[in-house]
Amino acid sequence: MAGSTGTESATDGSGRLDRRLLVERLSSYWLGGAGYFAIALFALIVLTLLYQSLPLLSEYSVVQMLTTSNWDPAQNEFGFLPAIVGTVYVTLLSMAMGTPIAILAAIYIAEYAEGRTKTLVSSLIDVLAAIPSVIFGLVALIVVVPLVGDYVAPAFGSDTTGLGIFTVSLVMAIVVTPFMISLSVESLEALPDELRESSLGVGATKWETIRSVLLRAAGPGIFSAILLGFGRVFGATIVPAMLIGGQTQLPDSLFATGQTLPTLIVNDFGELMSLPLTQSALIFVGVMLVVVVWLFNFGAMLVRRRLQRRWQY
Amino acid sequence: MTESTDTTLITDDLAVTYTGNRTVDAVEGVSLEFSANRLTAIIGPSGCGKSTLLKSLNRLHEIQPNVEITGDVRLNGESIYDTDEPTPEVRRRIGYVPQKPTPLPLSIYENVAYGLRIHGDYGSTEELDERVESYLRKVNLWDEVKDRLDAPGAELSTGQIQRLCLARSLAVEPDVLLCDEVTSALDPISAETVEETLADLKDEYTIVMVTHSMDQARRLADDVVFLYLGDVVEANDAESFFTNPQTERTKAFVGGSDTAASGATGGNERDDHAAAAGTDDADGARTDPVRAER
Repeated sequence: MAGSTGTESATDGSGRLDRRLLVERLSSYWLGGAGYFAIALFALIVLTLLYQSLPLLSEYSVVQMLTTSNWDPAQNEFGFLPAIVGTVYVTLLSMAMGTPIAILAAIYIAEYAEGRTKTLVSSLIDVLAAIPSVIFGLVALIVVVPLVGDYVAPAFGSDTTGLGIFTVSLVMAIVVTPFMISLSVESLEALPDELRESSLGVGATKWETIRSVLLRAAGPGIFSAILLGFGRVFGATIVPAMLIGGQTQLPDSLFATGQTLPTLIVNDFGELMSLPLTQSALIFVGVMLVVVVWLFNFGAMLVRRRLQRRWQY
Repeated sequence: MTESTDTTLITDDLAVTYTGNRTVDAVEGVSLEFSANRLTAIIGPSGCGKSTLLKSLNRLHEIQPNVEITGDVRLNGESIYDTDEPTPEVRRRIGYVPQKPTPLPLSIYENVAYGLRIHGDYGSTEELDERVESYLRKVNLWDEVKDRLDAPGAELSTGQIQRLCLARSLAVEPDVLLCDEVTSALDPISAETVEETLADLKDEYTIVMVTHSMDQARRLADDVVFLYLGDVVEANDAESFFTNPQTERTKAFVGGSDTAASGATGGNERDDHAAAAGTDDADGARTDPVRAER
């Protein structure tokens, strides 16, 4: 009796071990499968985009399309320059407005705010970051557009309705800043207190500690936060589509109406997709977006690695 | 403490209370005198307020929220608590080296030059070079790093980093150096090197050192303070402290008998201290302080 129980449990034991080893062997397959699925999906998207833009690429020179500014798909004129310039303007202007505020606010929340103030401010920022950007677009139509049209643009000697590159940049800055603040605060708060103690412990002031030690140590994280913000502005679709004015022309000032690469797709894909070359052109815009974002992320990874080595602690 | 002739640092009825979710008295009514050019070891079980006491000597505990302090700390007769915010001068004169070897995110050279640059304490770049070299020599690190002064400080070994931290602290010529278990994160050989460095330094500087290791206190200390649950149980010169302890608790702790061990680890009060102190003694909390000393 006792002996048979012993044998049984031994067999059970080895059966159980076999099952565990089988699961262990399989786990590498299904986990790997999920990983390869993601890669395959990415490759499939890129290949589809490339394949679908071939009709355009076989008929027109890429360099010419990138450097001319006539956009009239009905006449088979595909100059991407206005949308490219619009995208560059919006991205640079938004980041120029948003980044300094994001870094300063993050320092305030992580290092200066205390107790209830800190809880209140940081949860408000998180709430802002979670609002869908279409809401920002709606509110901006009611508030920012008249403000820019009636006051800001005239102050700079421009005459506009309020729709245009400046408005889009301002609103996109408002959309991504909370997001950049939130991530930067996380980087700063993840720093060990020993860094603060070491710097304060030789007589540095709080500001000197932040400037010389904490911003360096959290630098790679803050850099990533800003890049994610950059990516969001670059690929932003709904806010620019609502506020940029949709004129495909080279902007003559920051207050001019214009077009970005994503809004080009959104504004034209309805009716014009019936023209094969136009469809191909819009898909080529997609290729440009993917390639630029990819190149940018790659460059950012190299920079971040350098920073991480230089500023390790 | 015994010889009060050349006293530099005095605590007067110093008490530190954490006022977070629960109120915890981390340090209660401590009056001590730290004599000049001597090394004072603060010993006691984990979470008994050693690190809190140490940090309150240059107001470093204030970077944490919800800490209240009463009493006073005086350096050469001047209170360091007479301003709302700690002045940079206080922390320049009373330096601090944390338990965890912490390089600043700067090169080896700039780690040492950090305080000098902040205080503008140098005439020319040549003078800065000389002073960086002299402090690196003082902590016996120069020969190991002289060929790679521009490399990040974090690329050194932990033992080297801890000596770099000492050099960084010494570079601003503090009167007092507070060392928080500076060898506890190191391997035995690195710990020995750092200990030797401390032994060299104690003739020139007033050092207050928190330690878990009774052996280390025996080897290095001129004076010993035994802290238990926020109270000073006994403070004496090292020889008297170890050879002729005055209280039962000290005898038990020094002798390593079970009385102190059960006292130290049994009560909830001690856990309160450790929890309230946060990172304070986090490493040590895993070690039974008495058993670790045999």
